[in-house]
Amino acid sequence: MSSNSPSIEKTLLIDGAGCASCVGKIEGALLEVTGVQKASMNFAQRTVLVTGDVVDHDLIRAVESVGYQASFVDENDQDLLDEKEKSEAVYYSRLMREMTIALSLGVPLMIYGLFIGEMTVSTNMERIAWAIVGLLTLGIMYFSGRHFYIGAWKSFQNHSANMDTLIALGTGTAWIYSMVVVFAPDAVPLMARHVYFEATAMIIGLIDLGLALEIKARGRTSEAIKRLIGLQPKNARVIRDGEEIDIPIEDVALDDQLRIRPGEKIPVDGIVIEGSTSVDESMLTGEPMPVEKAAEDEVVAGTINKSGTVIFKATRVGKDTALAQIIEMVKRAQNSKPSIGRLADVISGYFVPVVMIIAILSALAWLNFGPAPAVAFAIVSATTVLIIACPCALGLATPMSVMVGVGKAAEAGVLIRNGEALQTASQISAMILDKTGTITEGSPQVTEIQLTGDHKEEDILRLAASLESGSEHPLALSIVESAKAQGFTLSKVTNFNAIAGHGVEGEVDGSTLLFGNEKLMEERSISINHHIADAQRMASEAQTPMYLAINGQLAAIIAVSDPIKKDSVEAVKRLQANGIRVVMLTGDNRATAKAVAEKVGITEFVAEVLPEDKSNKVEELQAQGEIVGMTGDGINDAPALAQANVGFAIGTGTDVAIESADITLMRGSLHGLADAIAISKATLRNIKQNLFGAFIYNVAGIPFAAGVLYPFFGLLLSPVIAGAAMAFSSLTVVSNANRLRLFKASEH
Amino acid sequence: MLIINLLGFVLIGLIIWWFWLYKPDTTAVNKGTVPITVENGVYSPAQVRVQAGEPIILSFVRKDGSPCSAIVQFDDLGLSEELPLNKAREIKFDSLTPGKYPFSCQMQMYRGELIVEGPSDE
Repeated sequence: MSSNSPSIEKTLLIDGAGCASCVGKIEGALLEVTGVQKASMNFAQRTVLVTGDVVDHDLIRAVESVGYQASFVDENDQDLLDEKEKSEAVYYSRLMREMTIALSLGVPLMIYGLFIGEMTVSTNMERIAWAIVGLLTLGIMYFSGRHFYIGAWKSFQNHSANMDTLIALGTGTAWIYSMVVVFAPDAVPLMARHVYFEATAMIIGLIDLGLALEIKARGRTSEAIKRLIGLQPKNARVIRDGEEIDIPIEDVALDDQLRIRPGEKIPVDGIVIEGSTSVDESMLTGEPMPVEKAAEDEVVAGTINKSGTVIFKATRVGKDTALAQIIEMVKRAQNSKPSIGRLADVISGYFVPVVMIIAILSALAWLNFGPAPAVAFAIVSATTVLIIACPCALGLATPMSVMVGVGKAAEAGVLIRNGEALQTASQISAMILDKTGTITEGSPQVTEIQLTGDHKEEDILRLAASLESGSEHPLALSIVESAKAQGFTLSKVTNFNAIAGHGVEGEVDGSTLLFGNEKLMEERSISINHHIADAQRMASEAQTPMYLAINGQLAAIIAVSDPIKKDSVEAVKRLQANGIRVVMLTGDNRATAKAVAEKVGITEFVAEVLPEDKSNKVEELQAQGEIVGMTGDGINDAPALAQANVGFAIGTGTDVAIESADITLMRGSLHGLADAIAISKATLRNIKQNLFGAFIYNVAGIPFAAGVLYPFFGLLLSPVIAGAAMAFSSLTVVSNANRLRLFKASEH
Repeated sequence: MLIINLLGFVLIGLIIWWFWLYKPDTTAVNKGTVPITVENGVYSPAQVRVQAGEPIILSFVRKDGSPCSAIVQFDDLGLSEELPLNKAREIKFDSLTPGKYPFSCQMQMYRGELIVEGPSDE
């Protein structure tokens, strides 16, 4: 393998090379670096292609030593993927070729042994014939099984042992014993003069076949990431100097203006500056409905423009786009391992030497206590033990399922940070939901104005909005927005004062205004007695009532309400159906909180919680022994998200707070939460099946191979069967993980 | 028969010694960039020794087409990296606290160790 392995190619981007004469200097400096075989510079592109076996930093230092700057060209995900697939295809066909050669000797030999003749050596003719077969088998071992022997030897030198060690020892033992029978038959008892060349050839062939099929199956486990990478278009249409040109996506710069026509993929992240359209974002968010986009709206790379033509300005390009970050995160998560896999890893570490010891003990047991021909039984049992043991299935059990599970989640718009988050999410027993922005839309609107004096409704809204224009409270914002939406011009506010936790006061158009809650009115001795019932009714309808007093007289009650997301009720039901204790947390008043909780079917809620107390609530539940999930918008919930066993950040559209949470839900719907938990449960179940299967296979298979059944039933496993079982045990693990691809998070 | 049994137990003893008890004698302390080749079931070198506080770059080059070797993971650091074939993939460690950081492929067949040594005792 090493002898004909191609050299490594690297592309360096050179900065500061202004003249053609630099080429020689740079190439010369690079060629001096140990290991570089070739360095050829493309002056037009300012790149150097370096071939050889070298360390990145040495190359950069070499270029710097002659006075230029160098950096490595960012590897593009699609190219990396293509390369990976190509190298896997090469490896696959090599294994298939080796398998064919090995089986073309092994199968006829086995048929001969089973149906035609004895595989024993008694006459001289037989000795010659078997000697030829033995040499042919040696050829097979070289052509088809060389990688096992090289791997075994290299790791032996390293004081470690792996699957190669077992296969090399197993097949080697069978072959050496057979050759002893052929060349020195007197060394073994008459009855034990049996050859096992077919076992050697068959085992090598079957294991090569198993490895080849495993590569195919592994390819399917990464389908989700392939799909994500495939979302990125190759080209973009940029408007430069008034002209539209198609350029490769890597060349799109920040602030470039790009035109997108119907049916095209959006190449980079940006903000619409002209036109309007609807965009299908389902591939990223899992949200099936297209999203309307007009000027000032964000568009995201990888999504598909449906109906209109828009021009947008690039705001994030290359590795910074949301899509690139999602790909990076999914890749990392797919390769990470939850703690459930740790035990298997520890076992794998001791596995091979233990199996070697068991093989020796088994052989000794047969030699000491076995029936004649004891030597033959000893050899067969030792070989079978070595071959049947499969550390790979154990090692593959966890990573394969994580790979598929994390990918599956990404398809549903759920980004899982790592394997540990996946595992913990499957165990969540209590889920805390923040009210605003999680259960509700997070954009409160004025829903009712009840007049209590002789002012007109327009005046009330205009005055209240003018007063609130100085405030930063979200409810204040909703009133200002409502007034603006109705076309009112706001007046200037003077003597403005915010009374924390109560409301605001100030003067607008010569009137003294007081705007806030019941407590504020009571403190300022403004009579609200006749209207408390109205306010209570509003609160019971999940609206937040606020009193407006003008010149010391109550003038109106303005109700603001944050609409509940349309599928929150269903999603909460799904969580509860999973036996999860759902708790709502909000800074809002008790009556409104109660109304919202009742509407969505939550029985447990905590109202009037200050933002900094949210993480205390998480701790409280944890102290009760719950495994707590916390869902928030990821902006002001960060401490609570961090305190929770699993923090879920709920995104709106593709505006993701990727950094802040263990699990990020790309769409606003709470169904994402239920999906995330369902997928993590399914993945963990799959991992457990795999671990259990791999465990039982080895625990049952090894004693069986050693011959524990022989004293009772006269059964001894053939090494060929062991080879087949071993080859297919890891394939089974990968295939079981692939079953997860078919998993559907329940209906919504 | 006695001799064969004895031989068997000696062999078992050798296996235990070679794979578990033997402590390789690596004294060289690495600095800067350490190239690690991934081939034929082993990382070579399989042990990298560094001084605590010194930044280190492990530059993995995978020359083995087998997908088993395609991912290297540092379990204790929660880190894993995909290794492209015949290309260097550098993993940087800025400053690690003294200790042993084993790394392996996903199936634990390829194994190596990054050993970070504390400040030498006076």
